Amino acid sequence: MDVLGLVALSAGLIVALGASAACIGIAIMGSKYLEASARQPELMNALQTKMFLLAGLIDAAFLIGVGIAMMFAFANPFVAAS
Amino acid sequence: MTTAHAKTPGEYIVHHLGHLNSSPPLPQGEKAKIVDWSVINYDTLFFSISLGLFTVFLLWLGARKATSGVPGRFQACVEVLVEMVANQAKGIIHSPESRRYVAPLALTVFVWIFFMNAMDLLPVDGLPLLWQVATNDGHASLRVVATADLSATLGMSVGVLVLCLFYNVKIKGAAGWAHELFTAPFGSHPVLWPVNFLMQIIEFLAKTVSHGMRLWGNMYAGELVFMLIALMGASWTFSTTGAMLAFAHVVAGLAWAIFHILIITLQAFIFMMLTLVYIGQAHEGH
Repeated sequence: MDVLGLVALSAGLIVALGASAACIGIAIMGSKYLEASARQPELMNALQTKMFLLAGLIDAAFLIGVGIAMMFAFANPFVAAS
Repeated sequence: MTTAHAKTPGEYIVHHLGHLNSSPPLPQGEKAKIVDWSVINYDTLFFSISLGLFTVFLLWLGARKATSGVPGRFQACVEVLVEMVANQAKGIIHSPESRRYVAPLALTVFVWIFFMNAMDLLPVDGLPLLWQVATNDGHASLRVVATADLSATLGMSVGVLVLCLFYNVKIKGAAGWAHELFTAPFGSHPVLWPVNFLMQIIEFLAKTVSHGMRLWGNMYAGELVFMLIALMGASWTFSTTGAMLAFAHVVAGLAWAIFHILIITLQAFIFMMLTLVYIGQAHEGH
């Protein structure tokens, strides 16, 4: 397998693994948020801000991965090196 | 396709990822280095500085035209923003003296990053095409989203790092901070000093890099998805099932643009919150 194929494969893996992990993270947080606001509805607004903040933080690692994978795909540093 | 001669999808994307910068044209077959300090990205500088000035002007206008009577829509909007940031700052930074500088900083950062991110919602080919027509050069590159350039976001996060160091020295004093550098997080036994110091350095590095990379990753990936959607629309003439692609292009573009409104606001908010949190950490002893 040549370098280009390996890079394409790894870019796919970066996106896929990151996406699945981020989805699990968002799902766990969302379910806990719903649970908490069912228990104490008066805290809903305060928790909502924090939930969105955390959603952004969870998403971020995945999206950094997507950015790096896309960089490998379109501005490939490995092909130039080989 | 944007120009008269057809480009392959790969060429289209690579062209869109090119900066208008000071680097000389590369020899054939040679790749640009990933880190090159001598290159200045003029497009990033232009869009970030002009949007920064626009932000400052807008907020200044809001402050100048403010009345104590019934507020108009614009004033109400600015007031909501100011109040939101002031409340967040109050919860995180407990020193009123620092807050007088840090809270307006956070507000400016929030609005500024929001505007820079919002450039993503303009048509992907719009401004670059105008630029190509204006310079009469079909190969001129221009990137309008300043936050999709790693230099810009890392520059901002390094700015926050400098502020953190400043407040560390200001609040704790040089000696107090040095004491903290060597005794936190594990303890004050001399054997632990190098480990503590290493941990502190790693913490500062990780905070700064992740702060900048988070914004960049979101915007870069978002910009690329817009390009891929544009490509989907552009390639409908090439294939037999093309009409479907043209339809999907409109639907996907619309859906991603609407979702992106959430992302750009959220990322601007997160960058602001983390700025506050990191500066707040500089105020607290371990």
